[in-house]
Amino acid sequence: MTWDTVASILIGGALTGLVYSLMALGLSVIFGVIRVVNFAHGEMMTLAMFAGVFLFTGGGLDPILSLPIVAGTLFILGYALQRRLVEPFIARPEHEQFILLLAVAILLVNGLLLAFGPDARSVTVDYAFDSFELGPIFIDKVKAYAAGVGVLVAAGLLMFFRYTRTGKAIRACSDNLMGAQVVGLNIRRLYALTFGLGVACVGAAGCLLSLLVDVTPMLGPELTLLAFVIVIIGGLGSMMGALLGGIVVGLSEALAGLLIVPSMKSMFSFGLLILILAFRPQGLFGKRT
Amino acid sequence: MRGVGAVLRGAPRAATGLAVLGAALLVAPLLVDDYLLSVILITLYFAFVGQAWNLMMGYAGQLSLGHALYVGLGGYAAAAFFVHFGLTPWAGMVIGILVAAAFAAGIGLLAFRFGIGGVYFALLTIAVAEFTRILFEHFEWVGATGGFFLPVENREINDLLMLRGSPAMFYYVILAMTVGLFLANVALIRSRMGYYWMAIREDQDAAQALGINTFRYKMMAVVLSASLTALGGVFLAFYNNNLFPIDAFGIHRSIEIILAPIIGGLGTLFGPILGAFILTPLGEVLTWALDQLGVQMAGVKHLFYGLVLLVIIRSLPGGVWPWFARRLGIEGPEARP
Repeated sequence: MTWDTVASILIGGALTGLVYSLMALGLSVIFGVIRVVNFAHGEMMTLAMFAGVFLFTGGGLDPILSLPIVAGTLFILGYALQRRLVEPFIARPEHEQFILLLAVAILLVNGLLLAFGPDARSVTVDYAFDSFELGPIFIDKVKAYAAGVGVLVAAGLLMFFRYTRTGKAIRACSDNLMGAQVVGLNIRRLYALTFGLGVACVGAAGCLLSLLVDVTPMLGPELTLLAFVIVIIGGLGSMMGALLGGIVVGLSEALAGLLIVPSMKSMFSFGLLILILAFRPQGLFGKRT
Repeated sequence: MRGVGAVLRGAPRAATGLAVLGAALLVAPLLVDDYLLSVILITLYFAFVGQAWNLMMGYAGQLSLGHALYVGLGGYAAAAFFVHFGLTPWAGMVIGILVAAAFAAGIGLLAFRFGIGGVYFALLTIAVAEFTRILFEHFEWVGATGGFFLPVENREINDLLMLRGSPAMFYYVILAMTVGLFLANVALIRSRMGYYWMAIREDQDAAQALGINTFRYKMMAVVLSASLTALGGVFLAFYNNNLFPIDAFGIHRSIEIILAPIIGGLGTLFGPILGAFILTPLGEVLTWALDQLGVQMAGVKHLFYGLVLLVIIRSLPGGVWPWFARRLGIEGPEARP
């Protein structure tokens, strides 16, 4: 294998990784602020992927264009979920929160299975097999666009948290909940907003991933796990960590596909997770507490 | 605290109920048809593995979301040695338990030595189960993705030594296992170890401060629970006669295992059994009813399970048993506070 093929594959992996990053960012935002672990993350992602596929096959809408619609819908869903379901569980024991979201995950997987059946569905846009050529290196056009949009959305979210009043208020809740309550912030609304934003992130990521990966309802648990792998590699609760973790996982999957059997690629990321948990539980980019 | 026997003596209605249930289960193969028997059999299987999982989560407070790992390891080990070397499952069982215990000890060592708790521990258990699933999908000695099959022989002859025989034989085996584990649990949770587990579950730091070796007792819980679950796996493999990596180790299998104890009542003796007897028959009735209507829909049963889980965790987080026990007039000695 020549070096330029290897380079093309690695770049492809890193670009897919950036889409994973956006998904993991959603998980990280929710955990970082509300301290609730969204066990239904990957299932929400599949929901968005199905939306992306159907808006494409039904409405002829490129998933990149349908992204705002899907992300917006999932925002509302996330907001409602937090207000109606998760909120009463915030003060409850940790395992009850897990079980609650596990139940949501089971409902989503089987609801999708019931509605759309077990078949794999995909989006084939008209630039599907085009690529950019950088000298001898080929960069898949779809992956490049998906990654580019993913980075834009992530950057938008980071700016929101850094510069807007609401974003600052949400960060205040995560830094010092008592202090935030004392200065009169509406915690319940901010939490719902955060959950909504996290789920909207997944919605955007799901739209983009529908360009790259075939979707089946059973993909959900796998994606949930992948999101956790990324977030733990990057350090739970750290936004930059989630972004970098996504690239690491994308690269490791590409490498695994290159070096061993492609079907063993997710074993690579699970192996990575086990190693990280054992030797650096604060994540590659997290600080030791 | 009173023993289960004492509690039952104090509540004649519950004691009578238990006696009737026991008698009904003993004579069931004579009364019901093969389909119904298979439903009760699978219910008992879930009651068995549910009890095994409950030891770890319900009593020691360690959440495992990857218990299918041990079902798969136990099943594959016993089945492989049976098919390749003609080894009796009673010996293969020991191998399966040893392998499962080794995996559990590995997970426990990783997690408890490095202070991984809560969500990280749960994720570690899923990750190891998924890792093993993919490993087995490439493990040619046991058939890889194509599946591993036990030869199906004449079902008329019951060979208990090789665990080959009629559904009724399998039924009595799982009934004995479930009842045996229940009795063992009664003794276990009233032992020193049982109290240590509950102390760790309620407040690990306080338990440690009292001088309990929390590392050791958490390891015991994980290894014991895994070994028992592997035993369930051996049974399931020999009953089903086939093993597929996705069906043995898949996350949906792990979730199936934890449904009954959560719905029945975490950290109670009767909870996992009650949960299994509520959930499995209801799921079957639902599938059957839809079948009669001519509707065949994949996912309905699990959608229903998810709904039950949601309702229970929202409005009855302690599970059905504690509520049921109060109605029967027994304040369970083991009701979770």
